[in-house]
Amino acid sequence: MKKLCGVPAGVVAMLAVVSVASVVSVASAAGPLTINGAGATFPYPLYSKWFYEYSNANPGLRFNYQSIGSGGGIKQITAGTVDFGATDAPMTEEGMKKLPGAILHIPTALGAVVPVYNLASVASGLKLTPDVLAGIYLGKITRWNDPKIAEWNKTVTLPNADIVVVHRSDGSGTTDIFTNYLTTVNAEWRAKVGRAPSVKWPVGIGGKGNEGVAGVVKQTPGAIGYVELAYAKQNRMKAAALRNKEGHFVIPTIEATSAAAAGVAKSMPADFRVSLVDAPGKESWPISGLTWILVYEDQKDEAKGKAIVRFLKWAIRDGQKMEAALDYAPLPKPVVEKIDKALKRISFKGKSLY
Amino acid sequence: MARKTGGNIKDLLFERATGAFAFVVLALSVLLFAVLLRESLPALRKFGASFLVTGTWDPVLEKFGALPFIYGTLVSSFLAILIAVPLSVGAAIFIDEYAPPWMKRPVSFLAELLAAIPSVIYGLWGIFVLVPVLRDGFMKPVARYLGWIPLFQGPVYGPSMLAAGVLLSIMIVPFILSVSREVLATIPQRQKEAVLSLGGTRWEMLRIVIGQHCIPGIFGATILGLGRALGETMAVTMVIGNRPEALLSLFQPGYSMAAVIANEFTEAVGDVYLSSLVLIGLILFAMTLAVNLAAKWILAKLVARASRGMESP
Repeated sequence: MKKLCGVPAGVVAMLAVVSVASVVSVASAAGPLTINGAGATFPYPLYSKWFYEYSNANPGLRFNYQSIGSGGGIKQITAGTVDFGATDAPMTEEGMKKLPGAILHIPTALGAVVPVYNLASVASGLKLTPDVLAGIYLGKITRWNDPKIAEWNKTVTLPNADIVVVHRSDGSGTTDIFTNYLTTVNAEWRAKVGRAPSVKWPVGIGGKGNEGVAGVVKQTPGAIGYVELAYAKQNRMKAAALRNKEGHFVIPTIEATSAAAAGVAKSMPADFRVSLVDAPGKESWPISGLTWILVYEDQKDEAKGKAIVRFLKWAIRDGQKMEAALDYAPLPKPVVEKIDKALKRISFKGKSLY
Repeated sequence: MARKTGGNIKDLLFERATGAFAFVVLALSVLLFAVLLRESLPALRKFGASFLVTGTWDPVLEKFGALPFIYGTLVSSFLAILIAVPLSVGAAIFIDEYAPPWMKRPVSFLAELLAAIPSVIYGLWGIFVLVPVLRDGFMKPVARYLGWIPLFQGPVYGPSMLAAGVLLSIMIVPFILSVSREVLATIPQRQKEAVLSLGGTRWEMLRIVIGQHCIPGIFGATILGLGRALGETMAVTMVIGNRPEALLSLFQPGYSMAAVIANEFTEAVGDVYLSSLVLIGLILFAMTLAVNLAAKWILAKLVARASRGMESP
């Protein structure tokens, strides 16, 4: 046999393996009681801190939280593979019909979404109105020196440059809050795009995660994007001021986010499935949202149910003090009182576990 | 191969055990295919074959089509091959034929080190270094003067099909390079000497010997690189711009199949939505399979031709 040049022995195909992570709750007879949860990534840093502090104070208890995304959290709690779920977007009516029992949405913290931009000539506080923001994301306002933007920013020089629109490419609660806001304030957005964790964007490029959006915005002169408040603060990004429902331009802060929740506290529905976008109140930051823990009203395991209720009671009281340090906005008092009442509905065989 | 009769028990056990392992590998791929097919049924029922040619991706209205992703995966991967193959084969020839001995080891070591870098690091480097450099140093001037060519149409954002192709090419160079070097190493020394002794120059020697011998091997190396480029997820999604549109211009953002699965899988709540993502996975699976089968077939032809070329003087 004549010798030929070597042909690579294994010409290997690479396969995209879609792996579905499944969390199996481990029932342990002895040892510490483990509470399993899964869901939203946005409150993960806060929950980690809570679980750590709370487990230190209660040595018999452990938490296992998988931050797999809100959609995943809803799937897991629906299937009953976790003791609690966590989500940044309330469950839909359709989704709640698939549940084996009644579920409670327990608000735990407030988050805000912030438009960030990259303009050398505008140091901070570029002023945007709801219609301008929607116009940019609809692709109708394409230049920075458009009169519609300039009208509100007379003190600064806006460059004669293209606006590079940046959005999240991954499905996320951040996008859900942001598109919920645009849907609420702009009829054209409502008709053309709508609201969801990921949507069909009329224009722009997608960055993966907060860090992806921030990366593109920082690297691209003339870019505008949106990230979580905590992310914008920690990375010292230039955030825009947005005109709220009452006509005031508000700079995004933790206080302005809490103000949004206070603005809707009175009209807070009993199931807490409420949107905080475009909230009333002079100080309210308009792109705010709640994040929830999902628990069944009817608990199957008395010990676990009791532990969850005790933890949630702690979370809405002592837990709230840890929020600001991690750049989350704490729940306003009237909301906490309402949640406290709702926690009494968590029961085991008809007996309240509160 | 005749089996020994009355072979010892260890032999038998070994044969059975390895047979079982081989079966596991086979069963895994069949299972993978079956699960992908089952999970993608809702989307298949709703969209049918139109899924392949539809360009809409609207999670709100639950209307899905895979065309922009298929297009993005193919274009970025072929772009990567187009850049990486001449680069790697050229580098391999230089290292083996021209480089002074003190240079060979460090250069090939560093090139192979590229393969060990995690793809998320490539992605970050892409965002912070490659994309700005490409945008300001290449895309902007080209779009300005050659923008009338549809391939180079602006506006220039930075993250784009071109950025994805270039980044992918850098990622697959080590694979193609190291296989190409092995291929070159198999050229019999006598043949090289024969050409040189007939008065051929080094260039003629390389052209004749490589042309005769190494095309199948280099083709195999290319397919290896292509396989990696088709499935690459993290680095691509960080620089491609993630825009589900099939646009001709390489300067415009695009999207790839692996990237959309990674991006949207966790938050896909609707049944049809989730199923559409799995269906994209199935198409990617089928595509890599088709590429490999086609490659095997072409390879067989090339090998046959190369042997014929050697037999007839």
